[in-house]
Formats: sequence, structure tokens, C-alpha cells
Amino acid sequence: MAINSSTFIRQDMLAPQPAPLGVSGASHWFRTKLFATPKDTVLTILALALLAYLVPGMINWLFIDAVWTGSDRTACATVIQGGVLPDGQSGACWAFVDAKFQQFMFGRYPLEERWRPILVAVLFVILLVPMLIPKVPHKAWNALALFIILPFISFFLLIGGFGLPHVETQLWGGLMVTLILSFFGITVSLPLGILLALGRRSQMPVIKTLCVIFIEIIRGIPLVTVLFMASVMLPLFLPNGWTFDKLLRALIGVSIFSAAYMAEVIRGGLQAIPKGQFEGADSLGLSYWQKMRLIILPQAIKLVIPSIVNTFIGLFKDTSLVSIIGMFDLLGIVTLNQSDANWSTPVTPITGYVFAGFIFWLFCFGMSRYSAFMERHLDTGHRH
Amino acid sequence: MAGMALNSDTPTTSKKASSLIYDPKARGIFYQVLTLAVVVLFVWMVTQNTIDNLRRANIASGFGFIQGRAGFDIGQSLIAYSSDSTYGRALLVGILNTLQVAVLGIITASIIGFIVGIARLSQNWLIAKLAQVYVEFFRNIPPLLVILFWYKGVIAVLPQARDSFNLPFQTYLNNRGLFVPKPIFGDGAWAIAVAFLIGIVATVFVARWAKQRQMRTGQPFHTVWTGLGLILGLPILTFLALGAPLTFDYPIAGRFNLTGGSVLGPEFISLYLALSFYTASFIAEIVRSGIKAVPKGQTEAANALGLRSNAITRLIVLPQALRIIIPPLTSQYLNLTKNSSLAVACGFADIYAIGGTMLNQTGQAVEIVALFLIIYLSISITTAIFMNWFNAKMALVER
Repeated sequence: MAINSSTFIRQDMLAPQPAPLGVSGASHWFRTKLFATPKDTVLTILALALLAYLVPGMINWLFIDAVWTGSDRTACATVIQGGVLPDGQSGACWAFVDAKFQQFMFGRYPLEERWRPILVAVLFVILLVPMLIPKVPHKAWNALALFIILPFISFFLLIGGFGLPHVETQLWGGLMVTLILSFFGITVSLPLGILLALGRRSQMPVIKTLCVIFIEIIRGIPLVTVLFMASVMLPLFLPNGWTFDKLLRALIGVSIFSAAYMAEVIRGGLQAIPKGQFEGADSLGLSYWQKMRLIILPQAIKLVIPSIVNTFIGLFKDTSLVSIIGMFDLLGIVTLNQSDANWSTPVTPITGYVFAGFIFWLFCFGMSRYSAFMERHLDTGHRH
Repeated sequence: MAGMALNSDTPTTSKKASSLIYDPKARGIFYQVLTLAVVVLFVWMVTQNTIDNLRRANIASGFGFIQGRAGFDIGQSLIAYSSDSTYGRALLVGILNTLQVAVLGIITASIIGFIVGIARLSQNWLIAKLAQVYVEFFRNIPPLLVILFWYKGVIAVLPQARDSFNLPFQTYLNNRGLFVPKPIFGDGAWAIAVAFLIGIVATVFVARWAKQRQMRTGQPFHTVWTGLGLILGLPILTFLALGAPLTFDYPIAGRFNLTGGSVLGPEFISLYLALSFYTASFIAEIVRSGIKAVPKGQTEAANALGLRSNAITRLIVLPQALRIIIPPLTSQYLNLTKNSSLAVACGFADIYAIGGTMLNQTGQAVEIVALFLIIYLSISITTAIFMNWFNAKMALVER
């Protein structure tokens, strides 16, 4: 009886519950993504206030108050500064970028010879685009043309020879130098980095030690110092009378620097390959280089593609440092042109840097998006 | 017989020779000796050339020049320095300046980076997107450009000294930098520093005792609040007990310049801001991936144990996330320190800038590059050792 009395039998109907709130549509999105809790609401309002404070000012400065046409500084300066704009107006001076655009691209490369870098750029794009699209066949030939043949042709096209007038590297500059440095750096640092990584994982103590010393010293010092060594020490190292081109010195410095970082990235990939892969390759009777080329490296490199691209992006950004050793890459030439008395206004430096920043950003962002795409494309689902 | 002997002899020798070629050990030794020989030859040639070149240029080698009179001025220095000081002193100023901007930059970059990294994981769409825009923006432009942007684009076009921006606490901002009140400590101010140290030591002991007690009895103790009270409270009490021996030297706006106070030069500000903002974007990504890598089951299990959300973050998620975060964070700290050498672009007197000036004056290229190597490598190695120690402390303790 006592047990029965404790049982519970519901006598009344429960009141019907209200229909569930919409789980789709704009209002649901706003409720869950922006105003879920009081804290969220406060954060959203703060963020909106920040945007309301920053965005109109930026749009104004970049587009509405900006000066798009003009032939010298008066177009971008206010009346007090000796120009034509009403006092207090401040906007980007795109006329400056427009006037100097050719220089920003080619540096002081002679005007009548500028078809040569343009031709190199066109060839580069023609070879690069099929290389980047996974579906296009004949990757091996494409790579041969892009990484071996194109550099040779470009070298003679840019510097002269075979009937073309000689153009000193002193005159090269702008985006052209930035791209040459990064392309060369990427082409050299990947194979060099692979060799260094293999050396570091080698069983031979001498080779291992040499690789470790090289990698750790380079990684321990700033790129500026490496470039400084390349520009100051290289002439000292060479026999009397030998000289090295300044651009070549920068190329060597940048490549050595990124090779050390690349080596560590590749080593990470090598370490992630299971021992069974090495043993399997050995049991098939493959030689060391066959084993590495056919079995280990393809898997290892695939694993670390994001990090490799990050190293490339770092290298691309680092090329801007050559302006410190007196070369005029994109950033260097933008800085140089700001001291042009014809264009000196308070907004000229900012405008130049915004433009240079935009170009750098486009390239780096493009590379990182492409790496994300490749990562998805190559993901064969073997990862655990 | 003779023929037999001959026949049997030849194959054995060739077998011996060929087995030596195919013996991996022998081949390994051969390759290593070859490599070493090439490297030694290369180094020897380079050294010979360098000695030749230096002799031809009449440059004495050796570190004797360190004792010489520097003869150049340095804008911002933490220790007493004048153009009559030695090169060694100038180098020390450079090292201190590099360390100063690196330490301040690391602290600021970590704070911004952690905030942005956590914001990227926010439930709030707007906050997450803003954080993403920040990261994608700063990650994809060169740090040098950010430095120059602040230096030539922003600070150089600020108003002149007489039209300075007036900020709170009598701080002024103009194109010569940020003028802040300079604290001047009166008598007995050292006691405050001592109280601060005592607070830290006491906190360590309290934390140890609290942990032992919790192990023994299960009773938790508010170590954080006690520690904060000790570290901040003791100096404040000492300060008040001494009768507040602190006055400020405020910057005063003159006709053409501000006098008094201390100045943070435009070079320092632009370098510090640029390095902090740039590195913060990388730290944010590291923090985000570290937190995301902690399995969801950990949070759920902690919930099931009845821990509160604060305790879950502090005791379950953060320790595991930190394990993943620390190694890449170390390399970001090292990168920031190395990137501080970009100071040369805006004229901040760090090691690299001062070394460059010394090179121009003395021509001692080899010695100065050697100094660069020693200084940067020791900074890198010290940071790495400290972070490795921290990493080992945080690492998973397995049976």
C-alpha cells in the first residue's frame, strides 16, 4: 500500500507549450549570432560603434575626399600647404600613385626597354596559371619550363644580350624586383631546404652537424643581418678584383635565409612519416635517393604544404627588407618617391604605403587562399 | 694449379674492392670525408681572401676598437651615454634598446594576440569577423611597411610641438613623439621595490602551501586574489606609509618645444606599435588553433563533473591549449626580437643600427658581423631555453 501511495499518475493535461521560435531566417540568425546573451549584445553594440567610427572616415579618406587626377603636388595639397584643396580636407593622393605607377612597377628601367619585363611577366603568367590548376596535364614539362627555362630566358631578356641592349641591375626596381627576388628565392629555397632537411635527418654525423649548424645559425639571426653579411662580407670573401652584382647578393641572402626555414618545415614533414614507410622502401631494395624521391618526400611535402606556403609568404614579405641595403624594391621605390619635391604633401607618404600595402596584401592573401585550396584538393583522407 | 690460384685470386680481390664500394658504412665515411674536405677548403679559401682583402684595405683586425671613442649621438638611451663614450658602451645601449622594444613588444603582442585569438572563436558573428579581418590584414603585409607607415605616414604628419594633441594626465602627442610625465621618486623609494619583491616571494610560498593543503584536505584557496593582494598591496602600503614620496615632472608646452617629462621618440613608438600589431596577428592564429585543438569531450566531461565554466577554462581547457600554443609562440617571440632589427629603417638605435654606424666609422666588418652573430644568437638561445623550460613544465606528465 505504502508503495502504491508513492506512485504518481498524472491527472491533468499539461498546458500546451508555445510553438518553438523560428530556427531559420534572419531574426533567428540575429538572435543567436549577435544578441544571444546580454554580454553578446554589449559586444555587438561596441563593435558596431567602432565600425561606425572607423569605416565612414576610411571611405571618405580613400575615395570621396581623395584626389584622383593632377600633375603635381598642388592637386593634393590644401591652400595653406600651397595647393588648391580647401583647408581641412584630407584624402588619399591617388594622382601621385598614378603619376609614379610606371616607376612603382619597373623602377628606373629604361622607358623604351620596358616591353622586356612586360614580356617576362606575360610568359610567367602563361606558365604559372596551368601549373596552379591541378587538372591541366603535363605538369613535369610545365615545371621544367617555369623553373629552369623561364629563369634563363628572363635573365637574358631583362639584362640584355643577344642583340638586346644591356640594362644594369642598378636600374631595376619596383614590383619587378620584388617578384624576381621572391620567385628566385622560392625556386632555390625549396630544393635547398629539402637537401638541408635530409642532411639534418642523416645518419652521417659530419653531414648532420654541418646542416644543424647552418640551419640554427641562420634561424637565430635576423634577415637584415643576413642581407648585411651578403652585401658587406661577400666582397671580402672573394679574391681581389671579383665583384658580385648587388641584386645577386640580395638573391643569395634571401635564398639562404628562407632555405633554413624551409628545411625546418620539411623536417617536420619527414618526422611525421611512419617508420614503416622507410622500412617498406628499404625492403623493396630502393636506394636512398629512390626511397626519398618516390616514397618519403611526396608524402612528407604533402603534409606540410600549408607551412611551405607560409614560408613562401614570409619570403615574399621579407623581400621588402632589401630596401635597407639600398635596393629599390616596391617598398623602397615608394619610399624613394616620397622625397620627390614635386609631390611632397602630408598625404603622399600614407598614400604610397597604402598602395604598396595593398599590392603586398593581394599577393600574400592570394597565396594563402591557394594553399587552403590545395590542402583540400590533396586531402586524400589518409589523415587520422 | 697456378691457373687455379690466379683464377681464384682475382675474383677475391675484386670482390673485396666491390664490397667496399657497396658497403654502406664505407660509403658513408667516404661521403663525409669528401664533404668535410670541401667545407674545409671553402672556409680556408674564404679566410685567405678575407685576410688578403683586409690587408689591402689596411684594416686592423681584432676587437681593440671597442675601447675607442664612439663620437656619435644616440637619440634614445636607457643608460648614460654621450658621444665621448666608447664603442662598447654604444653597443650596450643598442642591446638594451633592442631588449626594451622586444620585451614591451612581446607583452603587448601577447595581450592583443590572445584577445583577438579568443575573439575569433566568439559565438558573436560580428566580433569573430572583425578579429578575422584584423588577422588577415596584418598577416599579409610586410612588417617593414607597417613600421614605415607609422613613422612616415602617421607620426611625421602629426601637428608640430606648439599644436600638440593634449591627452589625459598631461601627456602630449606631436611629431616629435609622445611626451609623458616623468615620475621622480623621493627618499626611501627603494623600499617600494623591496616590498614588491617580498610580495612576489610571499606569493610563491602561499601558492605552494595552498597546493599542499588542497592535496591534503581538498580545500581550495584563493591563491590568485591573495597573490594579487600581496604583490600590489604591499608596495602600495609601503608607498602610503612613506608619505607618498613620488612627484611628477610634467612636460610643459613652450613656444617651440615641450620641456620636461620624458619622451618616447617617434622611432620607438612606430617600431613598438608595428611589431606589436604585426606579431599579434600571428599569435592570434596560434591561440585560436590551440584552443580549437582541445577535444570537445574534455569540456563535456568537465561539465559532467560539475565544474563551473570559469574553472573549466582555467583547469581543463587552458592547460591543454597552452601545451599546443607554447612551441609556436616561442618562435613568434623570437621572430619579434629578430624583427626589431628593422628599427634601422626608422632610425631607432638598436644593435643593428649602432653596429652599422660603427662599421661605417671603423670598417671592421668581420668583427661587427661576429658581434651581431654572438648577440642575436645569445638572445635567441636564452629565449628558447626559457620557453623550453616553460614548455617542459606545462607538458603532459605521462607514466
